[in-house]
Amino acid sequence: MNISEHTAQAHADKTVGEPLVKNAKMSMRGVNVFYADKQAIYGVDLDIGRNEVIAMIGPSGCGKSTFLRCLNRMNDTIDICRVEGKLMLENQDIYDPSLDVVPLRARVGMVFQKPNPFPKSIYDNVAYGPRIHGLASRRTELDEIVETSLRKAGLWDEVKDRLHGPGTGLSGGQQQRLCIARTIAVSPEVILMDEPCSALDPIATAKIEELIAELSENYTIAIVTHSMQQAARVSHRTAYFHLGKLIEVNDTEKVFTNPDHDLTEAYITGRFG
Amino acid sequence: MDKLHLDRHISRQFNVELEALRTQLLEMGGLVEQQVTDAVASIESGDTALAEKVIVNEDRVDDFEIELDEQATLVLARRQPAASDLRLVLAVIKAVRDLERIGDEAQKVAKMAIALSGEGANRRGATELRHIGASVLTMMNQGLDAFARFDAEAALRVVEADESVDREYKTAIREMVTYMMEDPREISRVMNVLWALRALERIGDHVRNICEHVVYLVRGLDIRHISLDEAEAKILNQ
Ligand SMILES: Nc1ncnc2c1ncn2[C@@H]1O[C@H](COP(=O)(O)OP(=O)(O)OP(=O)(O)O)[C@@H](O)[C@H]1O
Ligand SMILES: [Mg+2]
Repeated sequence: MNISEHTAQAHADKTVGEPLVKNAKMSMRGVNVFYADKQAIYGVDLDIGRNEVIAMIGPSGCGKSTFLRCLNRMNDTIDICRVEGKLMLENQDIYDPSLDVVPLRARVGMVFQKPNPFPKSIYDNVAYGPRIHGLASRRTELDEIVETSLRKAGLWDEVKDRLHGPGTGLSGGQQQRLCIARTIAVSPEVILMDEPCSALDPIATAKIEELIAELSENYTIAIVTHSMQQAARVSHRTAYFHLGKLIEVNDTEKVFTNPDHDLTEAYITGRFG
Repeated sequence: MDKLHLDRHISRQFNVELEALRTQLLEMGGLVEQQVTDAVASIESGDTALAEKVIVNEDRVDDFEIELDEQATLVLARRQPAASDLRLVLAVIKAVRDLERIGDEAQKVAKMAIALSGEGANRRGATELRHIGASVLTMMNQGLDAFARFDAEAALRVVEADESVDREYKTAIREMVTYMMEDPREISRVMNVLWALRALERIGDHVRNICEHVVYLVRGLDIRHISLDEAEAKILNQ
């Protein structure tokens, strides 16, 4: 057995690499997630740094979406789902029972795999959040939020002449950017993305990735992706999940050139694990 | 022994492509090693026919370079390799450059062999040429072996050997300069010996580069431009 195999074995149950950071925007400790009595996430410790893009990768069913959904309590909507552990957004305990999840989900927004615009106009899709959160008192203010959000999402020029046309009338890539605009409209601090490009062509994907790079200047982003190249392109750190465990977290550069754990290596190089 | 598990990809075609890259590189290495062996033998024995053969075979080395570059490019485009696969492809691309340059240097030695031919076996510089030639050939042999076996420790020993070749080379240069001062009529001839020594020393440097690529490939460590002690520490600390 060589040295690296030794280390891998010694830490078989501990995340290798650097799951914790100094400047954390979100801190998760000892996270366990159950669906009824079936455990899906095992003792995950992870920090997400301020303004960082963290990619979460791993084989299908390893728990990426489950973990991501904990970060804004999206799992609350699943009856049989139970979350244990400490999850903090800065000083806010995310699972504090007295916490109202609506403002939490404004602070921690989410973009899904399939673009899911509301069956409303483009304008109303973006204006929806600011309206329910009372972020704009006058029409002109709302107009401004809609325009800025669409601009940030890189969609403004394509839709400015048909703001009152239906959001569902856009192409898949445009719909996805509309959903991103909708998320940004409520000024979130963290944006969660679950395979945001899996339904998009390479050009639409490139636009979203470009957008992610721009957004990361002001937002903290956690993205789940099945594309290794996408993780390598957009993220600063990469977290590798395997069977509900967080195996390795390291700088993306390291993960894709010289990962610490054999399981990570096997996954990203397409080997039998 | 295959530490990199080249044969463990889910895509069997990918296994085949990477294995082909490795095998071809080693074939190219074998050819270049033969070129160096022949070049050194020709300058020692004054065998001009052998030297001519080295010069002619240089074309085959160039063909290998083009072929391997093409294959490596294809693997990059098709597979977008990561981690150890990526390091393997990069190491092959870099090692190919070094092998091609070694081929060039071997050709220079062969040309000097022709220029020096017809002189007595006891000519000045013969000992130095034989000595450094033998050291460089050993390095070459062990370096390629380290690549074939993906053996970082063996590669590091070759890097070590290069340091002593560099020292031998400096001593030899001083010797040659002394000869030239003692007997100015010898200057142009000794200059040819100097060029050949220089080419051998460069071969040593390129073998050293190849071994640095091996360390990168196997361990993911960059040991270029640091001292041997630092490199050793880096490898041991891993
Ligand atoms: N609503 C649910 N009810 C019961 N079990 C669930 C539910 N959602 C997920 N699971 C189970 O939890 C585990 C993790 O699933 P999750 O969807 O988080 O995986 P994933 O890594 O996102 O996979 P994929 O890459 O396929 O999206 C799986 O075993 C899955 O079957
Ligand atoms: Mg999922």
